Amino acid sequence: MHRDPNLYDYWPYRDRPKIVWPGGKKLAFWVAPNIEFYEFDPPPNPSRKPWPRPNPDIVPYSLRDYGNRVGHWRLMEAMDECGVRGSISLSIAMLDHHPEIIEACVARDWEFFSHGVYNTRYSYGMSEEQERAVLEDSIRSVEQATGRRIRGYLAPALTHTEKTMDLLAEYGFWYTCDLFQDDQPQPIKVKSGKLISMPYSLEVNDTITYGTYAMSPRAYADALMRHFDQLLAEGDESGTVMCIPLHPYQVAHPHRLAPFREALRYITGHRDDVWVTTAREIAEFYNANCYDQTLADIERRGLARPGSGFSGAAA
Amino acid sequence: MPLPDDYLVYPHRAKGPDHDRYDASPYRERPPIALPGGAKLGVWVTVLVEFFPLNPSGKPFKAPGGMQTPYPDLRHYTTRDYGNRVGIYRILKVLNDLGVKANFAVQGAVAERYPVLIRDIVGDGHEICANGWDTDSLHYTGLDPAVERTYIADTLNAIEAASGARPTGWISPARAESFDTPDYLAEAGIAWFGDWAHDDLPTAFRTKSGTMTALPLSNELDDWQILIEYKRPEEEWVLQVTDAAALLRAEADRFGPQILSMVVRPYVTGQPYRIAPFKQSLKTALAQPDARAVTADGILGMAG
Repeated sequence: MHRDPNLYDYWPYRDRPKIVWPGGKKLAFWVAPNIEFYEFDPPPNPSRKPWPRPNPDIVPYSLRDYGNRVGHWRLMEAMDECGVRGSISLSIAMLDHHPEIIEACVARDWEFFSHGVYNTRYSYGMSEEQERAVLEDSIRSVEQATGRRIRGYLAPALTHTEKTMDLLAEYGFWYTCDLFQDDQPQPIKVKSGKLISMPYSLEVNDTITYGTYAMSPRAYADALMRHFDQLLAEGDESGTVMCIPLHPYQVAHPHRLAPFREALRYITGHRDDVWVTTAREIAEFYNANCYDQTLADIERRGLARPGSGFSGAAA
Repeated sequence: MPLPDDYLVYPHRAKGPDHDRYDASPYRERPPIALPGGAKLGVWVTVLVEFFPLNPSGKPFKAPGGMQTPYPDLRHYTTRDYGNRVGIYRILKVLNDLGVKANFAVQGAVAERYPVLIRDIVGDGHEICANGWDTDSLHYTGLDPAVERTYIADTLNAIEAASGARPTGWISPARAESFDTPDYLAEAGIAWFGDWAHDDLPTAFRTKSGTMTALPLSNELDDWQILIEYKRPEEEWVLQVTDAAALLRAEADRFGPQILSMVVRPYVTGQPYRIAPFKQSLKTALAQPDARAVTADGILGMAG
């Protein structure tokens, strides 16, 4: 085990080279619905229990199924109204379980990225071969179902190994949503290839806000709007990224959807300054226009450290 | 620790859910249901009437609301008992004042210990359903099937003895089930149950003894979840019920009648400082156009 992952270099927020998003926009805004499948009777993983109670844990299991029966359709309608294409954090097995949801997302030109096969199969303890199998399954299955090549990753249930980032780069992924160190993308130090961290968020993630922080639906909507106002103001100096990670089984309940929709209307009502986009498009733009200037700035400031993730790190 | 090779084997990776109880069904594509009196919004109140033993085994987990301190936990025992002595009569008064008929989900141990309470509930015209034997008689995989069947039979018998009618509805203690609970319930003559939270509408649920109806008993809006688990103030609870009623009522015009489920516990909602907010949220929901209170039997009778 390492004291520091060495996946990126320390890079102060002040005086960074300016990012200007396409069209002169100050903030890149994306929404990440986690369209997930949790298993009724998942196998054990020694590092993490899949459910708080013994299998079958009826209420949390069925609440997640609620997302795929009810919640998805309600959330998708709110996003349609606001002209937001989702960047889907997809449990890959959803392609098999709920093709009706996949078809609706393809029809809207939403982006898919991998969130593992099931959100009840954790990466902890996986061999490199097993982790490769998950990535290969993800690429192949989405390509077969939608004809598209995925470029992003969020580890299933945010479970990682030391090899995850190197493998992502090797398999041609452009971005990872697993790292929370910044409000702008940043190059990740992988053994070979090119990978960036895409600002996702745990702080405005509906699971965290409703659950861990116990925010009321209206308090969550207020938090989203304040979060947006601040990042938009800072985007004047250098373009920022705001992501709202969602779960249809959380945000789309009858007591929660309307306040959230108000926040989404507010944010997308600022299109003069806001690039309403997908993670893939942000990554594509960043790699073409900002990647090199970031590395050069880190180098110039004397902040570049040797090695790559989980190797060569100065303690 | 390395994972076994079969950790990446997915035996249920196929269309629909990974169990055979029901099929996939996007809720907007179904034919509309009907509710009693042509209601567009059915407000379904369920009161859980539970017994918390002073000496729980805690197997396989401690039920929410169960004893917490070293034995004897008089503090929690009597607080829960307060619900069944005082709080529940406050709830009954609110329901009477508003002319609302509700479901009372009664545990067998309560029916056996307090038959007078059951007679008062029935006397006020409410509908009784079963809530298992007590909060320490949980249904879980690993429990001897004979014991699980006995929990069900004892509960139905005790409620029938106290109320004069055998319940046809069921909510498991702590909404916990074994893999086989639905089969045992159907076998015992249960027509609907409220453990699963997969939908906002009634759904057909397959068992080895025929089809039951799964009714959409709310988990996220219930008093324990919002007031105790999330520690939200009562006024926020009222707002959340209000927002839910408005959204469901709007959807009813497009997708057919909807059901707003409110689940309350006498030891939580029956507190003096919470009873008025409860009444307020109920009134607000019922103020939606074409809203009316419904019970499980009412939903089932019209839902087919």
